[in-house]
Amino acid sequence: MKPAPFAYHRPESRDEALDLLAEHADGAKVLAGGQSLVAAMNMRLARPARVVDINRIGEDTFAQDGDAFAVSALVRQSDLERSPAVRDAVPLLHEALPFVGHAQTRSRATLCGSLAHADPSAELPVVATALGARMECGSRRGTRTVAADEFFVSSFTTALEPDELLARALFPLRAARTGYAFAEFAERHGDYAIASAAAVLRLREDGAVDELRLVLGGVSDRPFVVDAHACAGRPLGEEAIETLAERAGRDIDPHSDLRGSAAYRRQLASVLSRRVLAAASLDARKEG
Amino acid sequence: MIPAPARPAAPPRPSLIGQAIARKEDPALLTGHGRFIDDVSPFANTHHAAVLRSPYPHARIVSIDASAAFAIEGVVAVITGRDVERLTKPFSVGVETKIPFYCCAIDKVHYVGEPVAVVVARDRYIAEDALEAIDVEYDDLPPVVRIEDALRPGSAPLHEAVGSNVVHRRSFAYGDVEGAFAAADEIVEIEVAFPKYGSTPIETYGVIANYDSGAGTYVVHANFHGPFVLHAVMAGALRVAGNHLRIHVPPDIGGSFGIKAHVYPYIVLLAVAARVAGVPVRWIEDRLEHLQASSSSTDRLTWAKAAVKRDGTILALALDQVDNVGAYVRAPEPACLYRMHGTVTGAYKIPAVKIDNRLVTTNKLPTGLNRGYGGQEQYFTLERLVARVAKRLNLPVLDVVRRNLLRVEDFPYHAAPGSVYDAGDYGRALDAALRLADYDALVARRDAQRARGKHAGIGIGCIVEPSGSNMGYVSIALPRETRDAGLPKSGCTEAATVAIDPLGAVTVRLGTTPQGQGHQTVAAQIVAQELGVAFDAIEVIAEMDTQTSPWSIASGSYSSRFAPVASAAIQQAARKVAAKLRAIAAHELEIAREDVVLADGKASALGDPSRSVPIKRLAGLAHWHPTALPPGIDPGVYETAFFSLPILEAPDENDKVNSSAVYGFIADICYVEIDADTGRVHVESYVTVHDCGTMLNPLLVDGQIHGGFAHGIGGALFEEMAYGDDGTVLAGTLADYLIPTATEMPPLTIGHENVPSPFTPLGAKGVGEGNAMSVPVVIANAVADALGVDDVTLPLTPARVWAILRTNAEARA
Amino acid sequence: MTSCESDERHAVEMTVDGRRIRRYVSPRLLLLDFLRTECGATGVHAGCEHGVCGACTVKVDGRVTRSCLMFAIQADGGAVETVASLGTRDALSPLQEAFRARHALQCGFCTPGILVSAQAFLDSEEHPDERSVREMLSGHLCRCTGYAPIVAAVLDAAAQRER
Repeated sequence: MKPAPFAYHRPESRDEALDLLAEHADGAKVLAGGQSLVAAMNMRLARPARVVDINRIGEDTFAQDGDAFAVSALVRQSDLERSPAVRDAVPLLHEALPFVGHAQTRSRATLCGSLAHADPSAELPVVATALGARMECGSRRGTRTVAADEFFVSSFTTALEPDELLARALFPLRAARTGYAFAEFAERHGDYAIASAAAVLRLREDGAVDELRLVLGGVSDRPFVVDAHACAGRPLGEEAIETLAERAGRDIDPHSDLRGSAAYRRQLASVLSRRVLAAASLDARKEG
Repeated sequence: MIPAPARPAAPPRPSLIGQAIARKEDPALLTGHGRFIDDVSPFANTHHAAVLRSPYPHARIVSIDASAAFAIEGVVAVITGRDVERLTKPFSVGVETKIPFYCCAIDKVHYVGEPVAVVVARDRYIAEDALEAIDVEYDDLPPVVRIEDALRPGSAPLHEAVGSNVVHRRSFAYGDVEGAFAAADEIVEIEVAFPKYGSTPIETYGVIANYDSGAGTYVVHANFHGPFVLHAVMAGALRVAGNHLRIHVPPDIGGSFGIKAHVYPYIVLLAVAARVAGVPVRWIEDRLEHLQASSSSTDRLTWAKAAVKRDGTILALALDQVDNVGAYVRAPEPACLYRMHGTVTGAYKIPAVKIDNRLVTTNKLPTGLNRGYGGQEQYFTLERLVARVAKRLNLPVLDVVRRNLLRVEDFPYHAAPGSVYDAGDYGRALDAALRLADYDALVARRDAQRARGKHAGIGIGCIVEPSGSNMGYVSIALPRETRDAGLPKSGCTEAATVAIDPLGAVTVRLGTTPQGQGHQTVAAQIVAQELGVAFDAIEVIAEMDTQTSPWSIASGSYSSRFAPVASAAIQQAARKVAAKLRAIAAHELEIAREDVVLADGKASALGDPSRSVPIKRLAGLAHWHPTALPPGIDPGVYETAFFSLPILEAPDENDKVNSSAVYGFIADICYVEIDADTGRVHVESYVTVHDCGTMLNPLLVDGQIHGGFAHGIGGALFEEMAYGDDGTVLAGTLADYLIPTATEMPPLTIGHENVPSPFTPLGAKGVGEGNAMSVPVVIANAVADALGVDDVTLPLTPARVWAILRTNAEARA
Repeated sequence: MTSCESDERHAVEMTVDGRRIRRYVSPRLLLLDFLRTECGATGVHAGCEHGVCGACTVKVDGRVTRSCLMFAIQADGGAVETVASLGTRDALSPLQEAFRARHALQCGFCTPGILVSAQAFLDSEEHPDERSVREMLSGHLCRCTGYAPIVAAVLDAAAQRER
C-alpha cells in the first residue's frame, strides 16, 4: 500500500497555489489535511500526477465576516470543534463535528477539504447543505461563490473546476427563533454514517414554521434535501414531524451495501429525520 | 507420568506464582523498543517484496507477462507459479485429499487475493509499481461461494482431481444414539449458520527470507508462532531436510490470536523468492492483503438434533456439520472441525452423540486458527440448541442448563466422544454468575421493559474451555485403518531451558513464541520461585530459532497452552537446575541435598540460615571448577525439560479422542436491549465467571478475559469476512471490516471460581479463548430472547436485527 | 515555493524526538516509512496504512497525526514526536507507568500510537471522564486488551495528575 509516484508542489501563498492549479489544471490534486486523499493514494485508488500541498499557504482563519461565519481553506476540524466562536455562531457545525472521523483525524483534516471531497456519506456536506452555506471558489480567473445546493454535484464530485480551490466556506450565522439539530447512525462511533440527518428550523414569531431545511446524508450520491415546503406556515407538531419523516424515507432512492439494504436506509432516514426535527423544534423554541 | 511435587524443602514462603505482578515485557513495548518482525534487520542487502494477487475468485491463468516489470529500475526478480512448481511441492495436510496446495497459484486461482507472482525490488514502493506492470491474462470461471452451493451435486468442483466440492466426510457415533432418540419425549432440531471472521491482529504478517547458497539452507525470520509441526510441513514443501530450514521468530509478535500460524505458506513463498532473486527479501503484508488473503475461521452450517426428556434432560445429540475451509484444505485444517471433537457435549452430561462431518471447498480465503478455534462454531450450535430445548419444553433455560450441567462428583468426566475433563465445579461457577448478574433483578428489568413494549432479552451460556491441544486430535479425521498405518500422534509437548551463567545470571529460553500474553513474566515468576532468585534479575528469551531453541512439534502459542503445558516445562527445567544447585550446595555445606533451601539468592541449610552459599558461587563452581563438583554432577548450568501430559493419548480404536489437556469452564450471562428504530443491540451488562484452575498471574488472566471478550463482541455484533455472490471481497479495508473500538465495548464483570487442575503440575488451565467462544452465542441467545425468534444469524448488525424486527411486525400485521 | 518532480528527491530537515534529521526523500515517501527506515523510530508501527488503526500515530508540530496519511516531505522543517518522546525504560512517564500497572498492553503493537494520542488528550483535557477517554480511544484499534484496561490507565494518569 504505497502511493504511485507524483510531483510535489508546496506553494507558500494562496496566489502561488492558484498559479499551480491554473498551470496543471488537469493532473493536479490539492492536498490539505490529506485524511481521505492520502489513504486513497496509498491504495492507488487516487493517483494524481501532481500534488499541490496547500498546508503552508496560511489561510487558517475562521471568524465572522459580515453576515457569515467564514472558514478558510486550511482550518482544521479539531480547531473548529474546540472553538467557542463556532459553537455560538454555527451551532449545527459544532454539533456535527465530533461525528466526523476521530480526534486523531480531525486534528489534521480540514473542513474545506471534507466539503471539496464530497463523500456522499460524510457529515459536513450535509451540514453545509442544511445551513445553506456558500462556497467561495477561488482561481486565477477570480472568485465565485456557489451555494451548497449547487456545489455538491454527485459522489466525490463538486462544482469546483480543476483550477479552483475551495478558498472559504461561508456559513450563515445563528439566527433568532431558529433551531438546529444533527443526528447520524453508524455501526461504530466515528465511522462514515450509514445515514445522517440535519435540520434547520426557523419559526415565525407566532411559532409557525417560517423555513425548514431537512437534509439527509448517506442515502444518495449527494446531500438529499427533503421537500419540506408543506410544513411552512404551520406549527411543527408531532403529526407534521411524523409526516415529514415518513416522506424523507419515501422520497429517497438509496443504495444497498454491506451496512444495510435500501429499505434499512429508508428506515434510518425516517428515524433520524424524526429525531432531528424534534430536536430542532425544541431548540428553536428555546431560542424564541 | 505426572511427576510428584518436590518434597517441600523449606518452610512455606509467599509464592510468586499467583501474584498480580506487572510485566517484564512492558518497559520496552511502552517506549517503542519492542522488536517486531519489521524491526529486525538480519541480512545485509535485503530487498523488498510485493505480492501480485488474483482479482478473480476463480479463473485459469492463461499467461503472465512480466517483461514490463523487469524494465523498471530497481526490480530484481519476478517469481511466478512456475518457479514455485520447480522449487517446491504441495503442502502436506492431515486429511486424504487430492488437492494440491502450493504457496502460489500455478495454473488456476481459487480465491480473490491468491498469490500469483512476487516482485523483488529495491524498495516496497518500486515493488508495487512493478506489480502494476505485470500483465496477467485470466480465463474467468464461475465461482462457488456459499456452503449450500458447494453441497449442490452439480456444483463445479474447484479442484477437478477431487471431483466434488465436498472434500472430506466422516461419521462418528458414541453411546446408544438410536436408543436415546427412540426413548426421547421430544426431539428438538435446529439449523444454524456461523459466519467467517478473523482476528486481524494490528501487526500484519511479515517474513524476511534468505537462501544461504553456501550451506544450501533457507534462513527465514517471520512472525510465525507455531504450531511448530508446521515447520515439517514447510521443510517438506521446500524439499529440504528440517535442518536446512532455519526459522527465527522475533522476540515480539504484534498479536495473532491464531491467525499468524498461517504466515507459513508465505514463509515458503518468500524463501523461494529469495532463492530465485539471489538476495535476501523482506515482505511485510499490508492490510488489504491481510483482509483478503491471510486467514480466518470457517463458516459452518450445522443441523443439530437433541433427544430430550420432558424434564429437560438431554439424552443424545446428533450433529450434521459442514465446515467451509475456503479454496484449499490448508494444514492444520480440518482442525477447526476436530478441535472440539471430544468436547462437543460441552458442559453437559450427554451420554450419546452422533457426529457427521463434511468439509467443503469454495472460492474464498482458506481458513485456520482463530481465537477460540472451532469453539465459537461448536457452542453456537450447542447453546442455541439448549435455549431451543427450553423454549420447546416451556421450561426456564436455567432449569435445562442445571438439569444437564456436570456435577462435582462427575469429575474426572469422560465425555462420550473422548475428552477427559479434569476438574470443575460448574454449578458453583454458574451460581456465582447469577449472583454477579443479579439475575432475578435482570429478569424483572427485562419483563418491565417488555411490558413497556421494549425489546429486552437475557442470554445464558455455559461452556467448557479446552486448552493444550492433543497433537493427535486432527488424525481423528482419518479413518482408523489409515491412522494405524501412519505414525501415531499424541501429547502436547513443550520445552524450556533454564541456564545460569558463570556470574550467576539466570536466563530462561522459551519455545512458546508469545504474542503479548506475558509468557516472559510468568516464566520469570516460576523460575524465581523455584530457584529462590530475584524475579527482576531473570532474563527470559522469547526469541525462537529452530536450530538452537528447545522446541517440539507442539511448540508455539495457540490453544491457550502456555498456562497448562509450557508453564510445567519451565517449572521442570527450573527444578532440574534447582536440583543441581542443591547438589553442589549440599557438597559445599556438607549437608543432605534435601536440607538445602534455595531462597534470596542463596542456598542455605534448613534450620540454620547462617550456613549458606550464594547461588552465584554455586553457578561459578559449575562453570569454573568442575573438579570440585560432587560425584555425578556435570559441569555447567544449562537444563532443558520437555513436558507433555500422559492423559493425551492417541485416538483410540473407537474414534474417541481426548482433544485437549485440560478443560476450564465459563458461565456467562448477558442482558441486551434493542433499539426498535434502528435495530442496534445494546449489551447493557455482561457477566463472565471463569474457572481457569490456578491463576499464575491474575493480572494477566483478567487481561486475557477482556481480550477474548472483545473478540467475542466482534464476532457477535460486527465482524464478517463477507463475500458477494460473485466471490468478491466485500470487507476489504478496516473501514469495511468492523472491529469494535473503545466506544463499542460493553461493560464486563469478571468473576473467578477456580478449581485447580489435578492434571497439570501448577494446577493451571488455559484462559485466553473462552469468551471468544462463548460471547457470540450468549449475545445471540439474548437477542433471540429479546426478539422472540428462533433463528438469529451473526453478526447481529443493526441492519440484520432491524430486518428481523420488520419481519416480525409484518407477520403480526 | 517548493517543487519536486516525481523522480527527484528533495532535501528535508526535521527533528524527530529532538534529534535533527536531514535526508533526501522522494515526494511519495510516507512519513511513516521515513520515520521507521530513515530515523530508526521503531515506536511507529504500520498497521493499516489507510488511517484507521492508529498504530502509526505521532505528533507533528504539536498535532496528533496518522503518519501513514502524511508524506515525509510535508514535515520538512517541523518537529516530530513519537512515543520515544514520552519516557524511557528507566524513567517511564506517569501515563506509561499507568499502562503497566493496569496491564493496558499485551502485544504492544498498537500501544505507542495510543500513548501518543492519550498523552495529547491529557495535555488538552482538564477533566477527562470515561466517556471522553473512550471517544479519544475510538481512533485506535487494539485487538488484545478489550480496551477496558487502557481506559482505566488513562483515567489513572489523569487522576494522578490532579493529586
